[in-house]
Formats: sequence, structure tokens, C-alpha cells
Amino acid sequence: MEDTLKIVVLVKHVPDAQFDRHLNGEGNTTDRDESILSELDEYALEAALQLAEARGGSKAGNQVIALSMGPSGAVNAVKKSLQMGATEGVHLTDDALAGSDAAATSLALAAAIRHLGQVDLVITGMASTDGETSLVPAQLAERLGLPQVTFASSLEVAGGSLTARRDADTSSETVEAPLPAVVSVTDQINEPRYPNFKGIIAAKRKSIATLSLADIGVSPDQVGFAGSWTTVTSAEERPPRTAGTIITDEGDAGIKLVDFLAAQKLL
Amino acid sequence: MAKVLVFIDNPGAALKKSSLELLTLARSLGEPAVAVNGELTDAVAASLAEYGAAAVLRPSAQDLNDFLVAPKAAFLAAAAENTGAGVVLLDNSPEGKEIAARLAIRLNAGVITDVVSVDADGTAHKSVLAGSYTTACKAKTPVSVLTIKANNVVPEPAAAASAPETVTVEVSAGTVPAARITAREQKAASGRPDLTDARVVVAGGRGMDGDFGPVEELADALGAAVGASRAATDAGWISHDAQVGQTGKTVSPQLYISAGISGAIQQKAGMQTSKVIVAVNKDAESPVFEIADFGIIGDVFEVLPQAAAEIRKRKG
Ligand SMILES: Cc1cc2nc3c(=O)[nH]c(=O)nc-3n(C[C@H](O)[C@H](O)[C@H](O)COP(=O)(O)OP(=O)(O)OC[C@H]3O[C@@H](n4cnc5c(N)ncnc54)[C@H](O)[C@@H]3O)c2cc1C
Ligand SMILES: Nc1ncnc2c1ncn2[C@@H]1O[C@H](COP(=O)(O)O)[C@@H](O)[C@H]1O
Repeated sequence: MEDTLKIVVLVKHVPDAQFDRHLNGEGNTTDRDESILSELDEYALEAALQLAEARGGSKAGNQVIALSMGPSGAVNAVKKSLQMGATEGVHLTDDALAGSDAAATSLALAAAIRHLGQVDLVITGMASTDGETSLVPAQLAERLGLPQVTFASSLEVAGGSLTARRDADTSSETVEAPLPAVVSVTDQINEPRYPNFKGIIAAKRKSIATLSLADIGVSPDQVGFAGSWTTVTSAEERPPRTAGTIITDEGDAGIKLVDFLAAQKLL
Repeated sequence: MAKVLVFIDNPGAALKKSSLELLTLARSLGEPAVAVNGELTDAVAASLAEYGAAAVLRPSAQDLNDFLVAPKAAFLAAAAENTGAGVVLLDNSPEGKEIAARLAIRLNAGVITDVVSVDADGTAHKSVLAGSYTTACKAKTPVSVLTIKANNVVPEPAAAASAPETVTVEVSAGTVPAARITAREQKAASGRPDLTDARVVVAGGRGMDGDFGPVEELADALGAAVGASRAATDAGWISHDAQVGQTGKTVSPQLYISAGISGAIQQKAGMQTSKVIVAVNKDAESPVFEIADFGIIGDVFEVLPQAAAEIRKRKG
């Protein structure tokens, strides 16, 4: 039997991209109405659950802790994670966190992870679907002094180290790192499960710990608008694209397409 | 004058266009120095001089390529301190962004990714939320780290070539916690333009029904790169590298031709900032038509080959 694992999965509560998303208010931050667990973080959670299950799951002492930082609604991302099978949930929330950029977010998340004691793995999504920067995993790894393995499309753990595969444009890589490490996973790694009825019932009994900045020893001026190293000075909504000419093929649409390209000087 | 550090990773035999763009941008912001990892050929050294590099910094260690990101960030941090750079520029590749991320923590510097232009005062412009907003951002820190998207600067050599001094920066990969790359498989080159910075992209989706031939034929007639929806790459009809969208590549070509793709939000996220969008789809209700400048309700297997033949005919 393998050693048990204590895995922290970072789950973000993001605006649902199916609806129009808006930037507004102080610092042009995203509106968080209609928010959901970032679908890219479901792959991270699934990866963690598979690693834990392969070692006998929670009964054998494996822990999968879903950690989300965000305003009150972000607790829903934690709840969904518990329904999918995370063993514990942690919600880091504090008014002073509003407006945190990647540097401030990684600082707060690093402090929260340290607060959770020794962990073997931190697994994140490949990018948040709102910020889309993919900065947090690398910044977190740097702050925790850990190796990072980003954009993993496969992940195995054995004997205190991990092996992962990464696909770059011109090559595919196999990488190895000692634990603990920070890993971000792509949507190629697995097929996330849906919470089933049993999971939903079980989640009701699982506890969600709420942490404030004071709990993790971070002062308010290190995070949020004050502690961020970047600022958004202006944001302008692009006029939405409008539909152009639509034609129905009557046997010559390919030629009409070329006429259009020629008229646009695109040939 | 402000010092600007440009990172060029493994330049190979000749500098890529995107590297020349970084060097040109750097000159507009101050005095450029260049940190180069990997082999530095005479030809590349000559281009660095031609583009006005005041200094070329090289790592003392040769094995940075054996590790993921962290040692490169350590090298670049040392190079930034050595040159007193106020701005560090990197390319916007996934690895470029990650090096930038770790570097920024080491330098206590704000980092801005996906930048398309930079003002003289360091304000960076980028679009967010899948291209639906354009924003201006600025680092509040003494040093800013920016990753620059390709194709937004016209490369231009310096008025006068420089004679850069070479500086060796002490770095030891072994002392930095990092994942080690144990195997690397080179992928075969397609011979087509690179998807991320191609001027024209022809992309196919589930509607191609297992046959990307018509997409490739049209792409080749136009000298275009080939893209795909996730449905097509998941089905294994074409390599995952071709995927355009939220979890694939973001492209902004002059022309994007979408064939047999419905236009889901995750697909649009990767292509809706294209200058001109053409869509071919047999379903008039497909959301892709909401963003198409020219839409054809028709069968990809009829329209694409006909268009390819017509282009070849006109080009003679
Ligand atoms: C986390 C996550 C990330 C994702 N990331 C991406 C991403 O990066 N990129 C991406 O593309 N998708 C992504 N998706 C998937 C996305 O939601 C859609 O499922 C996908 O884009 C659909 O691909 P499609 O348009 O090719 O297929 P479909 O939606 O099935 O559309 C096929 C279209 O082809 C048309 N068609 C069929 N036959 C013909 C014919 N003979 N001639 C003309 N038209 C024809 C049909 O009318 C239809 O509109 C992601 C999904 C998730 C959950
Ligand atoms: N506020 C947050 N709470 C929890 N996890 C986060 C948060 N922000 C970012 N992450 C994690 O970091 C990953 C990359 O985010 P980003 O760097 O913002 O693109 C996400 O997929 C999450 O796993």
C-alpha cells in the first residue's frame, strides 16, 4: 500500500462564461453574479480524487482539501468540490482580499496552505476562466519554495515523487519532481465526475473551515487593492462583434467566399 | 535612461520574429540588455548588436533546459539585478508567462501578461474576458515584468548597431527547487505557419467528420495555419496542438475561417479577436454566425474544396 497523501486543490469561484461578463467598480474587477466553480478546476479536483482513491481514499487517511479564496459566494465552489468528493473544504475570505492580483492571491493562498500544515501536493487548474493568466500556480510555487509542474496532461505519484507529462508545441516532455510540489493540470488529464446523489448527501456532513487573513497571519495591506503589484487603470468594453453577410450555398458559395476574400484584400 | 531587460530562451540559429519584436519594443522604452539562455551563435550575437543590445547576459550554468522554469527565473532575476532593469520583457508563450510569474515574485515586481502594446510610462494594454474588454494596466512596483504577444510590433534594427558587452551571471540550477525534465520527444513539424502568429487560420470542427483534408487543402491554398475545435482534437482527427479556444491557443489572425464548428463560448474565447471571421456551417442556427463577417450556410465538403480550387485558379 502506498503512503497516504494530503492534497490541497485550489478551486476558484468565477463568473459563468455562458453569461455576459463585466468589469466594473473600483479597480475594474469582474462582476461575480452568476458565478460557478471554474470548470478548469474540476480537472484539478478529479486528479486529486483519483490519486487519493488509488490509495484507499479517505478511509485510508488520504485527504483532499478544496481551498477557495474569494467573497462569500466562493463557498459554493467549495461546496461543489465536497459534493464531488473532496474530504474537507476551506474558504479563505476577508473584505481586504478584494481586488487581489496574482501576486497578492498567491501570497494569501501560500499563507493559507502553510496554515494547513505539511501537504504533499497542491493541485490547481491550468488557468482561471476569468483572469486567464495562469500566473497563480507558478507564483505560489515560488512563494512556497516548491517545484512546479504546470500544464500536466498526466500525473502519477509514487515513492515521494511525481511524474507528469506536458505537451508543448514542438515537443512533449516527461518531468519528475520530488514532493511536495505544485501541479497545474490541463483539461486533457481526465474527465471530471459529476456529483452523484450520495456525494451530495455526504457533502452535507463535511465541514467547511472559514479562514480570515488574521487566521493565516497576513496583514490586510499585503493583499487586495493595497497589496497588489499591478493596477488596472482603465477598461473599455469592446463593441460586440456583429453578424455580417450570411448566404446560403446555391452551388457557388466557395466562389463567393473567394470573392469576399478578394474584396477584403485577404488573398 | 531606463534599463530594459529582454529574455530570449534558446534562440537557435537565428532570432525569431517575436524576439526581434521584443528588442524593438525594448528600445522604445529605454536601453536594452538581453539575457540569453542556451547556445548563442555568432549570427544571433550579430542580430542582437544590430538591434541595439547594450549588454548580453549569459548564465554560468549550461543545464537550465533540463529543468522546468524555476532556474530560468533565477537566472533572469540575477540578470535583472545585474543590469538594474526597470522593465523585463518576455514572450507570451506558456513558459514565458511562467518564468515571468516566478521572476516577479523574486523581484517583488508586478507582472502583466498578454500585453499588446506598452506606453513610454510603462502602461501596458491588453484584452481580457475572452477579448470582450480592452484594458490598460500598470505595475505599481519599481520593476515591471511584461509578457508581450507576438505580431504587435514591427521589428526594426537600431539606427546604429551596438557593441554589446558579454556578462556571465552566476546561477546554479541544482540549488533551485524545480522539476526535472527526464525525457523530451520532438514533434514533427507540419511545414505550415505557426498557429499562434499565422496571418490566416483555417479551423475545422466536428463537422469535418474525421476528414481534415478539405481544411488542409484550403489552408494550403491560402498559406494558412490549421486550427481545430476541441471536438475535433478530442476525436483524434488532428493533433491537440491545433486546438483553438479557452484551453487551446488564442489566435488573432487577419482572417479566421471556421468550418463545421458550432461556435461554443470556449471556442470563441480563442478566436473572436480575429480581424475577419468567415464561417461555413450547415446549420443556420449555429452561434458562430453571430460573430461571422461572412457566413455560408452550406456543407463544408462542398464549399471548402470549391474555394480552394478557385483560389489556386486565381493565383494562377
Ligand atoms: C473546460 C472546457 C474547455 C473547453 N475548451 C475548448 C477549446 O479550447 N476550444 C474549443 O473549440 N472547444 C472547447 N471546449 C468545447 C466546447 O464547449 C465545444 O464542445 C466545442 O467547441 C464544440 O466543437 P465543434 O463546434 O467542433 O462541435 P459541435 O458543437 O458538435 O459543432 C459541429 C458543427 O458542425 C456543423 N456541421 C456538421 N456537419 C457539417 C457539414 N458537413 N458541413 C458544415 N457544417 C457541418 C454542425 O452544424 C455544428 O454546428 C471546451 C469545453 C470545456 C468544458
Ligand atoms: N482565488 C482563488 N482561489 C482558489 N484558487 C485560485 C484562486 N485564484 C487562482 N486559483 C487557482 O490557480 C489556478 C490558475 O489561476 P490564474 O493564475 O488566475 O489563471 C486556478 O485554476 C485555480 O486552481
